[in-house]
Order: sequence, then C-alpha cells, then structure tokens
Amino acid sequence: MGSSSSNMDHIPDAQHLMQETGFSAAHLVRLYERFDFLDKDDRGELRLDDFEAVSELAMNPIGDRIIRAFFSPGRETVDFPSFVRILAHFRPTDTNRTRNGRNGAQPEPANSRTNKLKFAFQLYDQDRDGKISREELLQVLRAMLEMQVTEEQLQSIAERAIQEADLDLDDTISFDEFKKSLEKVDIEHKMSIRFLE
Amino acid sequence: MLGLTLLLLLPTAAAAAADRSRTEAPPLRGPGLRFSPPVPASPSAPPLLLLPQPGAEYGAPGVALARSAAEEPDGPAEEEDGGHHGEHGGGYRVVQWEWSYVQTPFIIAIWLLVASVAKILFHFSQRFTTVVPESCMLILLGLVLGGVVLIANKKQLYQLEPALFFLFLLPTIVGDAGYFMPARLFFDNLGAILTYAVVGTLWNAFCTGFCLYATKLLGVIDERVQADLMDFLLFGALISAVDPVAVLAVFEEVHVNDMLFIIVFGESLLNDAVTVVLYKVYISFVEVGAENVQMTDYFKGVASFLIVSVGGTLVGLVFAVILGFITRFTKKVRIIEPLFVFLLVYLAYLTAELFSLSAILSMTFCGIGANKYVEANISQKSRTTVKYTMKTLASIAETIIFIFLGISAVDKSKWAWDTGLVSCTLVFIFVFRAVGVIGQTWVLNRFRLVPLDKIDQVVMSYGGLRGAVAFALVVLLDGEQVKAKDYFVATTIVVVFFTVMFQGLTIKPLVKWLKVPRSTSRKPTINEEIHERAFDHILTAVEDIAGLQGYHHWRDKWEQFDKNYLSKLLLRKSVYRKSELWEAYQKINIRDAISVIDQGGNVLTSARLSLPSMASRASFPEVTNVTNYLRENGSGVCLDLQVIDNVPGGKVEEDTETHHVLAGNLYKPRRRYQSHYSRHFIPLGEKERQDREVFQRNMKSRMETFKSTRHKRHKKERSLKKRRGSDAKEEGGDKPRRNVSWQDKDPVVVPVESDPDRAEHSDPEKDEDVGITFVARKAETPKERPKSVPAALDGTQSPPPGPPSPTGGETHLPWKGGVGSPPPCVSVEATKIIPVDLQQAWNQSISSLESISSPPAPAEPVHPRVSALSRLGATRSASYTPPGSVAGSSASIGAQLSQGSFCFPDGRKDEEDEEEDEGAELQPLMSSLRPPGSLPPAPRRNPCVYLRSLVTAPPSGSGEPHSRGPTQL
Repeated sequence: MGSSSSNMDHIPDAQHLMQETGFSAAHLVRLYERFDFLDKDDRGELRLDDFEAVSELAMNPIGDRIIRAFFSPGRETVDFPSFVRILAHFRPTDTNRTRNGRNGAQPEPANSRTNKLKFAFQLYDQDRDGKISREELLQVLRAMLEMQVTEEQLQSIAERAIQEADLDLDDTISFDEFKKSLEKVDIEHKMSIRFLE
Repeated sequence: MLGLTLLLLLPTAAAAAADRSRTEAPPLRGPGLRFSPPVPASPSAPPLLLLPQPGAEYGAPGVALARSAAEEPDGPAEEEDGGHHGEHGGGYRVVQWEWSYVQTPFIIAIWLLVASVAKILFHFSQRFTTVVPESCMLILLGLVLGGVVLIANKKQLYQLEPALFFLFLLPTIVGDAGYFMPARLFFDNLGAILTYAVVGTLWNAFCTGFCLYATKLLGVIDERVQADLMDFLLFGALISAVDPVAVLAVFEEVHVNDMLFIIVFGESLLNDAVTVVLYKVYISFVEVGAENVQMTDYFKGVASFLIVSVGGTLVGLVFAVILGFITRFTKKVRIIEPLFVFLLVYLAYLTAELFSLSAILSMTFCGIGANKYVEANISQKSRTTVKYTMKTLASIAETIIFIFLGISAVDKSKWAWDTGLVSCTLVFIFVFRAVGVIGQTWVLNRFRLVPLDKIDQVVMSYGGLRGAVAFALVVLLDGEQVKAKDYFVATTIVVVFFTVMFQGLTIKPLVKWLKVPRSTSRKPTINEEIHERAFDHILTAVEDIAGLQGYHHWRDKWEQFDKNYLSKLLLRKSVYRKSELWEAYQKINIRDAISVIDQGGNVLTSARLSLPSMASRASFPEVTNVTNYLRENGSGVCLDLQVIDNVPGGKVEEDTETHHVLAGNLYKPRRRYQSHYSRHFIPLGEKERQDREVFQRNMKSRMETFKSTRHKRHKKERSLKKRRGSDAKEEGGDKPRRNVSWQDKDPVVVPVESDPDRAEHSDPEKDEDVGITFVARKAETPKERPKSVPAALDGTQSPPPGPPSPTGGETHLPWKGGVGSPPPCVSVEATKIIPVDLQQAWNQSISSLESISSPPAPAEPVHPRVSALSRLGATRSASYTPPGSVAGSSASIGAQLSQGSFCFPDGRKDEEDEEEDEGAELQPLMSSLRPPGSLPPAPRRNPCVYLRSLVTAPPSGSGEPHSRGPTQL
C-alpha cells in the first residue's frame, strides 16, 4: 500500500501496536481505515451503536456477544488499540515464520491457541466467572439454533455437552475443560481469518 | 488364481463353440460396448474403437459385453432365440444349450465374480495388503489373466473399452466420490483445488508436450515415432491429468490427513474439464493440421474450456436441485428412494456427456450439491442403501478397471515400444508435476490460512498418479490421424503402471517416513459440534467488523441463502425444522449406546462405565450398579410387548399370570422380527436391531430398578438413589408436583402436535422407520402419589368418568399386580436411573406421550393444576424423537398416560378423537388402543411394538414397566 507511510502517522502508537499484535503496517493501516469508517462521528472511539451499524452483524446470531467482547469490562467505548488487539486474536497462528523474535517480550501472542480459545470462551461466559454454566451454554445454543429446535432439545444438547466436557463434575465448564474438550480441533485453523494487507 | 482363469476361459470357449455352430450372430448395436472381440474374420475392424460393428463381422468367439444388450434387450435376445429354434427345430430336447441367450450377462457376472473373489484373496494376508496397495495387485492379476487368455486364444479377448469405461465404470467411481465428498472440506480448499486442477494441469500438459517435442528434435526419441508438435501436445494433455480412480485407490489406503487428501483428490476430479478440452482441441487441431490452425481457434479453445467446465458444473447443480426436490416427495415410496439418487446422479453424468461437457464435473457437483438435502430427506435405511450400493459399485468398477489395465497391457499388437519416449515421458511428468506443485504452492501459500508445508508438497507431487482415464483417452486416438498412436499407448501403459504400481507402492512408506499427519476417523463430540458452529459465527462476525469480505463472509451469505430459499425448496418441511446440531446430538447418543452394547459384558462388569465420546471420567456409576444388580439377581425382566398389546382385550388373569412368568424368564431372541418378508419393506437392519436391543436392555434394567425401589427391599438400590446426588434430590422434592403436572402439560403440547406439517411430514416418516413404537398406557396417573393412600390411588387415578380403573392396570399388565405399597412415581424413578445427560430426553419422551394420550378433560377436575407445570413445561416436548432416531425416527417411544382408557370405553373414545385430530403421528398409538382383534397393521412397520403403560404402574404397583431413553444402559 503506497500511502501506508503517510497513514501510519495518524495511527496512535503504531509501532507498539504492530509489535504487540503482530499485524503488519499494511494491516494496521487497513484496519485503521475500517476503524475510521465505523467511527461515524470521529471521536476516535467506537461505541455500541457504531458496531450495530454493521448490517451483517444483525443477522449473526451471536453478533451481539461478539460486539460486547470488544468492550473491556466497564468501558463504553473501544479505542483503536483495543480494537486491533481484539482482532489480533484472529490472525493465523504463525507456525512456519517464527516471529518470536519480535514478540519475544510477549509471553503469548493474542493469536495463540490458548488466547483464541479464551476469546471464544468469553463469548459463552457472559458473567465472566470463569465458568460456562448450563444457562450460559443454553443461551448461546438458543441463539445459534433459533427456531430450529425445541427448548427441550436445546436442553438435552446442553446437558450432554456439559456432561461431556465437565470433568470435575461441578456442572459447569471451566476454561480448562473447555480447552480440553476442543483439544483435538484445529483451533489455529478454525479460529483464524485472513487479514488483507 | 488358476481356477479363476479357467472359470474365465470356460465361457469364452463355450461362446466360441456356440457361435460357430450358428450362422447368424447377434448383431451388436450401439457403441461398441463390449470387451473387444477377437475378430479373426474382420481384422480390419479396430476392436477398440467405438464403432458399431455389423453383425456379419461379429463372427466367431465373440463376447459381447452386456451393456449394449441390456440397453436393447430385445434385439440380440430375440434373434438368438429365433436362430436357436430354427436350428434345433427337430424335436424336443430335455436340456438345451442356451449359451448365446445368457452370454452377455453371464460373462459380466463372471467378470464381477472374478474381480470380487480376487479382492477376497488379496485380503487374506493382512500383512501383505498393508504393504501392497490393492490397485497394484489388481493390475498384476490383470496381467496374469491377460497372459493366460492370450496364450489360450492367441488373441486378446478382453480389453478396456473406452465406452465401457466412460459410460459405466468411471461414473460409478466419480458418483461415489462426488456424493460422499466432504463438502465443507472441499469448499474450504476450493481455491487450492482449482488452482492445481486448472493451472497445474495446463502446466503439466504444455511442458510435457513441448519437452517431448524438444527431445524428439534432439534425437532422443526414435525416428520411428512419427509425431510432430501437435501430437506431442495432445499426448501431453492426456498424460498429464491426475487420475481420480488411481488417486482414490491409493490415497484411501494411505490415510493422509483430510486436507491433503481433498486437495489431491479434488484436483484429480476437477482437472477433468481441462483434460477433456485440451484433448478435444488438440484432436481437432491434429485433424485440420497444425498449419491450418488459426488464431481464433486458440480463443475458441479457451472459450470451450469455460463452457465445458462451467456448463458441466451447471448441469450437475441443476440435477442436484432436481434430485433434492424429488426426494422431498418420496416418503410414500421409500423403497425406491435410493434409485432416484443413482438415476439422477447418473443422468447428470450422461447429460453432460450428451452435450460434451465435463461429465466428471457434472457428476461431482451433482453429488456434492444434492448430498445435504438428499441425506436429510431420505430415510435412514435408504441412506444406508445408497451408501453401500455406491460403495459396492465403485469398488467393483475400480477393480475391473485395474484388472483390465493389466489385461490390456499384455496384448502386444496394440502398442509399440520406444525406450526414449517412455523414459522421457516418465521423467518429464514426474519433474513437471513436482515443479508445478512447488510453484503453485508457493503462490497459494501467500493466500492460504493454513500454508501447505514441504511435506505436503512432496506428497502432492508424489501422489500425481495417472490412471485409466489417460489410458482410455489414448486408446481412443485415431490411428490414422495420430501416427504414433501405438507408441503413445505403450508409453501411457508404462506411465500408468509406473505411477500406480511404483508410486502407489512406495507412497505409504514415504508418508510414514515423512510423518505426514494422518487422518483420524474420530467422530466429533457434541462439544466440538457446538463450538465449531460458534467459531463459524465468530469468524463471520469478525470479518464483518473488520470490513473484510472474506471466505467466512461469503460462506455465511451462502448459508443464509441456503436456509432461506434452497432448504425450503429442497427439504421436507419436517426435516427443514430439524437442526443439524440436534441430529448430531442424536447420532452421538446412538453411537454411545451402540458401543456400550457392543462392549457388552465387559462394560457391565466393569466398575465404571464410560461413554466413548466422553472425556474420561467415571460416568454413570448408577447405571452400572443397576445392571450389576440385575445380573446378581439373575432375573432378566423381559418386556413382552405382545402382551401389552393384548391388554385391552382384557385377558383372563391366569393368562396374564402365565404370560408374566414366561415373559419374565424367557429371553427374547433378537431376530424375532426378522421373519417378515416383503418386497416393499425391508426387515430390520443390524442397526435398528441394535437400537432395539439397546432399548430393551434399558427397559429391563429400568423395570428392575423400579421393582426394587418399590419393594424398598434393596439397600443397594436405595444407596444408589442417594448417590444420584443433586438431580435426584431435586426431583424427590418435586415428585408430587411433577406427577400432577403431567396432566397439566396438555396445553403446552397440543399445539405442536396438531401442527399439520408435523403430522403430515415427519410422522409418517417416523412410522416407517420406527424400530419400536412404544405406546405406553398409563392406567394410573402419578397424581395419586401425593395422596399417598394406596387404596385411594385407584379411585383417583381413574378419571372422573372412570369407574373401576384401579384393577385395570393390574389385570392387564401382569407385572403390575402385587404389592400395595405406593409406587414411587415412575417418571421420577426413571429419571433417576437415566444418566443426567439423558434425563432431558427421557422427560421429553414421557411428556410427549403423555400429552398425546392423556385425556383432555377428565383429569383436570380431579387434580388441581400445580405450579410444577411451569417448571416442567419447558422440559417436555410434544413429540420427542429419541436420540436413537436419526432420520427422524428410529424409535419413538410413547408412553401413553391414558387414564382409564383400558376400562372405560368413554375415556378411550375421547382419546381417540383427540388423537385423530392430532394426525398421523399418533397412528400407532391409536391402533394400539383398539381391542386385540383389530390389532394394528403391524407387519408394515416392522418392529412396531406397542407398549402400554411404560410410564406408571397402577397403585398396587407391583412392577411398573419403565422405559428409559434408548441410549443409556
């Protein structure tokens, strides 16, 4: 992107962000453009309304949860660095090209398997108590399956899922259990998208 | 092996004998769909060409392959007959030699038999087959067979006929591959697949062609090979395409990981369009002569490629839509459902051939496109039928292809050898394949989420197997136009042999050595199903937020479109409502149940029972205990379903007593229902039987438990209860309310029931598929419990209009008679035994049945509604399909709580009226309500068993039959 260098100037703390998230400058510029576009009244922060303006999200059954995941607890707005940090979860995991040199300071980059899973876990765990309760799981299921199944079927699915994952028999799914239940899944692949440069 | 060969030769010799004695031979019409006959009388006729061969030429030991005969059954057969009668008109013969009559089908059958037996033989030695791929063995067998035939007849009788190959053998393989193609994986990797298929094949074709021409100019290739640039390009085109049959045959045994497999295999399928177009373009160029080719012709070639590929794909998709749409309406003709699948998929192939579009593409996309809808629409049995038939056909076709490759190679008259050409070709195709893969991967990896690493590239390069497609194409060449045809044939044979034999043989060790990640046949757990669905949504949302119109964005768009329009059009309404996740859930449950049963004794005796799909943990200790108890006690309770059916008839008590004894002590043979034969209904499959077995076992243990609890004699049982822990606690407290609430739930349920769609679509389906339909009649409602007065129970349980129902239950259900102690509410009891994860299901099943049959009004006045409704209402479903039912039904368990229905005609009438309103789903229930004389049309839905009173027992409550969710033991 030719204009990247000029645009980079607008981005606060760009170098640091690149280091932290692993995004390239071109990525950042592009994301900043998007951020700017979403930020209708140019306040440098995104509010809930801004996200809800994305029409496709309305159709996404768990879109509202994902939006909420962008807001750190207690905050009403999202600034650009946190916006990017959230998106960084979805960078493909670097398996071949080791960027560890650059990210050396960071123990675990946002796009690591664990952090990807953590993001997903948060979406279930709405009360942030570190556990997915049956009710929380049911809510997500209900949203995803909409009218297709009866409440009873939802219940049995949730029941089964908890049974399956719940190792310590506390009737909830903790993060470790969540992680374990997905240990055979190619998370690196299934929780990644390709960011355009 | 020798025996096989003899077998093979026998009909041939017989054919010769029979035909010689005859002046008139069956004329062959249509494209030469026969193993090329050794035509001594007409050496000029090129046996491999698709020329209709006049009957006169078809003189001697001809072996017409049946297909043509099958297409025109009347032609040859009738004439044969005529000839025959003329010949032997003299007198009556006790035994007649009717060889020519049965000739073609006979030979085909023999061939199939040989091929199949060969497969058996290969698999005798386990160690051998793990090293040598089957395709290699088949080719070797073909070589041997061909050699024997050649020695015996001096002439090769059988050859791989292009028409046979393209019209019959190839479609079966491609159809199987397309239909069972993992669609998600395929489309996830579509970019890579297309690149390799189009760019890669073009690259291979051109490079091979040009380089061969260069080597020819350099003099490496012998002068005798009369070929110019066009010929070599043509040859390059046909030799460069990776072959789906060969790839499938080899890679299926290698078990590389899914992604690698889908890329190589997808490529081999999709490159068909490229090959076909290149081949055709070059042929036409060769025909007009290279010097006459004009610039516009090249553009026409490109246009032709687009038309052939896109057109083929479109034809396939159109047929996919038709197929989906048709299967929407097959619920009354289940038995021919599979036929529609085969016919339409095959028609997609033929139609594409008809317009000379890419038939492979057409068939592949027809399969991929239709799979989802067809599988959802057709019944479980049909699914199995489709699966096995397709696999059988594909397997047999593959076997024949490889055998014939071997046989064809033996006939020296067909080919001419040139070492230079052969070795150069081998080197070139290998080198260019590798270079092409590496180059393309380098480009692709810039775009791919999951880069293909070096090992993948090695496997992909090495997996570029050539096969029968190339061979058939080269055989199709016109020897007049392409002077070097014989050399090309020889080279192709060598290339095919080399790739299939050598590379096929070595790829397994290579994969092992390189430690290529293998595929696991692990089935996803319910958690994985849920979370992966969530991941899809998450990624879509993130792409939307980040403003990327990426893959997930479009996939989501497609899914929306599919959900809103396509599925509505192509799926039955009943199916449309079903969630895939729910289906997955049911499948997992069934799998667990079956595996538990399969493990049989081991599981039962072991201290802990863990379900395979679950993470390791000591699950369901209660269940194990119950079964242990069962074993110790030695009394297997066997639910006799017949008896239950007869109950309404009001049998004499002695009868029931006797029956009770028998039922309690006899083990029911598994195959009991197997004896029915009907052309239109297939007896139970293994699976259904297993399902039923699961269910029966559950019933047993459940009843056992109940008994013990009732008598309160068994500490074990009690301690067991305690152990149930949290869920049990809750329920214990709720018992009374819960019972009452059963009645109250009617309102909740009924609306759903009466939904016309359900009744119309899903239910009939269920009926037919249903393994077991339990209709449990409850003679008593749990409500009595709160009153806790045994005697009073009888009165209470019978609904207001109901006089003397108390004994009704007892008399009719033998095991019910007995102890007067108040039975614990069965449902509660039942729930306790059920593993927690199944309780929901159990509740549903109960509630659904209940709601179905419980008489609307009578109960209410007597039993005040209790607040429990609110709690339970949520967990009950109107019609519950137990986990066991996959296609919408393997077993629908109904527990009918009809009060006093046994004894009170009035009550029953009410019920029936209500049920009629509710539609077809209730059919089984209704029939069970009728007196014994008018017993249900059972034979139709085979193992339909009408179980009365599953849910509760009469107050006297000796043994109440319980039914558990079918899946847990």
